[in-house]
Amino acid sequence: MEKRVVFRSAWLPYALVAPQIAITIVFFFWPAVQAGWYSFQLQDAFGERTQFVGLANFAALFSDANYLYSFKVTAVFSLLVAGSGIAISLVLAAMADRVVRGALAYRTLLIWPYAVASAVAGVLWAFLFAPSVGIVTFALRSIGIPWDWVLQGDQAMLLVVIAAAWKQISYNFLFFLAGLQSVPRSLIEAAAIDGAGPGRRFWTIVFPLLSPTAFFLLVVNIVYAFFDTFGVIDATTQGGPAGATQILVYKVYYDGVKAADLGGSSAQSVILMAIVIALTVVQFRYIERRVQY
Amino acid sequence: MNLRTIGAVLALSALLAPAHAQTEIQWWHSMTGANNTGVNELAARFNASQKEYKIVPVFKGSYPESMTAAIAAFRAGSPPHILQVFEVGTATMMAAKGAIVPVAKVMADAKEPFDPKAYLPTVTGYYSDSKGNLLSYPFNSSTVVFYVNKDAFKKAGLDPEKAPKTWKEFVAAAEKLKAAGQQCVYTTGWPAWMHIENFSAWHNVPIGTKQNGMGGFDTEFRVNSPLHVRHVAMLGDMAKGGLFTYSGRRNEAEARFASGECAMLTSSTGAQGTIGRTAKFAWSVNFIPYHDDVKGAPQNSVIGGASLWVMAKKPAADYRGVAKFFSFLSQPDIQMYWHTSTGYVPITLAAYEMTKKSGFYDKNPGHELAVKQLTNKAPTDNSRGLRFGNYVQGREVIEEEMEAVFSGKKDAKSAMNDAVRRGNDILRKFEAANK
Repeated sequence: MEKRVVFRSAWLPYALVAPQIAITIVFFFWPAVQAGWYSFQLQDAFGERTQFVGLANFAALFSDANYLYSFKVTAVFSLLVAGSGIAISLVLAAMADRVVRGALAYRTLLIWPYAVASAVAGVLWAFLFAPSVGIVTFALRSIGIPWDWVLQGDQAMLLVVIAAAWKQISYNFLFFLAGLQSVPRSLIEAAAIDGAGPGRRFWTIVFPLLSPTAFFLLVVNIVYAFFDTFGVIDATTQGGPAGATQILVYKVYYDGVKAADLGGSSAQSVILMAIVIALTVVQFRYIERRVQY
Repeated sequence: MNLRTIGAVLALSALLAPAHAQTEIQWWHSMTGANNTGVNELAARFNASQKEYKIVPVFKGSYPESMTAAIAAFRAGSPPHILQVFEVGTATMMAAKGAIVPVAKVMADAKEPFDPKAYLPTVTGYYSDSKGNLLSYPFNSSTVVFYVNKDAFKKAGLDPEKAPKTWKEFVAAAEKLKAAGQQCVYTTGWPAWMHIENFSAWHNVPIGTKQNGMGGFDTEFRVNSPLHVRHVAMLGDMAKGGLFTYSGRRNEAEARFASGECAMLTSSTGAQGTIGRTAKFAWSVNFIPYHDDVKGAPQNSVIGGASLWVMAKKPAADYRGVAKFFSFLSQPDIQMYWHTSTGYVPITLAAYEMTKKSGFYDKNPGHELAVKQLTNKAPTDNSRGLRFGNYVQGREVIEEEMEAVFSGKKDAKSAMNDAVRRGNDILRKFEAANK
């Protein structure tokens, strides 16, 4: 007996996917095409005069040392956010998985930060680390560490990484915990009987079984660091000091929205789009092969 | 309620409704706190003064946000009548010839009496074209002043009544303050506005060619002059020596002064309200310091703040209401209300005189000091104001380079050279886009 459900109608399947396609076109493809179109243009703020300038916007970007610097900043930022976010949440998930009593309370508390909007997360951390009134600043100063992220680029980077990763840890935690709970107990018990310690059991059994989750989170976290951390940056450093935290997406926003330079901003978002597509392809083609499902 | 009473209520409300519908004038602004109250009060007073027009003030977020909103609204064909735009957006607005109506034209078309000479020259000069026609209505103008914590001065053995006049005296005082254990000696709000724009005007040196961009879009930055480099280098040395604490690009510094953390501050005149409310020490408002070996210094400072632009694409009859509103705003008593309740400077000489006579300045010397500093000398081409294309980005570039000096990453000379190079790229792009 045929188990699959088959649509007999010729148009019904299309009608059913049409809403999804329409949303994708209106909210994803259309803006992307528009950005592509604007990136070849030079336009004044009010859109009164438009000139076609070919690749001039791109040429200007790549001859700008500060734009190239922003690539480096983005790379460092994304790696730190994704790396620390995944590592810390894995540790937390492994711990929470072993908790027997009050597990629900722990898990709920660990998931909470994800409900915080990134701008709010940014402000929270900015307050804690504020150069003059922050509690953490006060503590750091009292042990002799001069903390001033308003002027020190490395400290500003550290601040936005902490704020961005903190928020993402909950999300990662949720996935890791689910992954851990689906690891068959019998495998672990068998290994334990064979004499493998907790560390060995984790690295040879649990971690390989978690690799699909870890890979998925890597992709999600990199995309998160590239795009969604905009709110954190806007609420804290606004790209400063001296461009030390100016990641690509923040520059797109600043140039396009605040400085009303549509052409330059669109060219940047086209480049950003290309980078993310390339990254995702690389991740799926090369890293996914090492993942054991 | 029976039908008859409903009928009576309807008849009554029909009687009460005005015979002619009022023309609504949309006014998008970015004023918060006490300034927002002031804006609503101005609108209410104007609406009460006549029946034909109704000003509707709408808060549209920060300056860049309301400007972006207006640009989007214009592109969609429904801009507000009046838009408040911060000073750095002036060139962008001015270049959008089809999107705005010059205030001088609005007033002339409506046959509203309008005499540019009645206004403070430093204020109107900033918003006029090269022929002297007023392009936007100078609504809220401030300038940068020098605040001193008198108690901290006393503690350091300095004369609290004698604020440093020159940068030489300033550094000497700063060293004494530091020696006396002051954690944060000096900080500044709006670093580029203070240490580049006002610094240049105060020393009568150009920020850019073509009268600081007033003479055309083909202007170039000149902020890498020996004097600029020397000044930024001095600030860098002060930062290294613990005499200058950087607080950020906006007004973050004001709170650090008001809390007593920092003993000296340069920031907007608009900070007086906040400092007055929070400071638990005696403080004074002074002229910003100058380098005494520069000939002609001090000249006059330049304004900041915002002006009101009249947007195009509205029904022709509405503009008469806009003109009437601007005439209303120029009345001395209205100006005085705005000036005394916000700390922005009065824009007409009559309002200034009126405030003086009222005795307000005896109690609030800081409010008058700003006017005095702005009118210290007749403005020159270097001190009338500035108009650089896309200066939102341009100022950001200058501030980034200054931050690089303050954090010790770059020396002042290469930083200011980079600021000029990067700034000029932005100017060329703006010039190309607005041909």
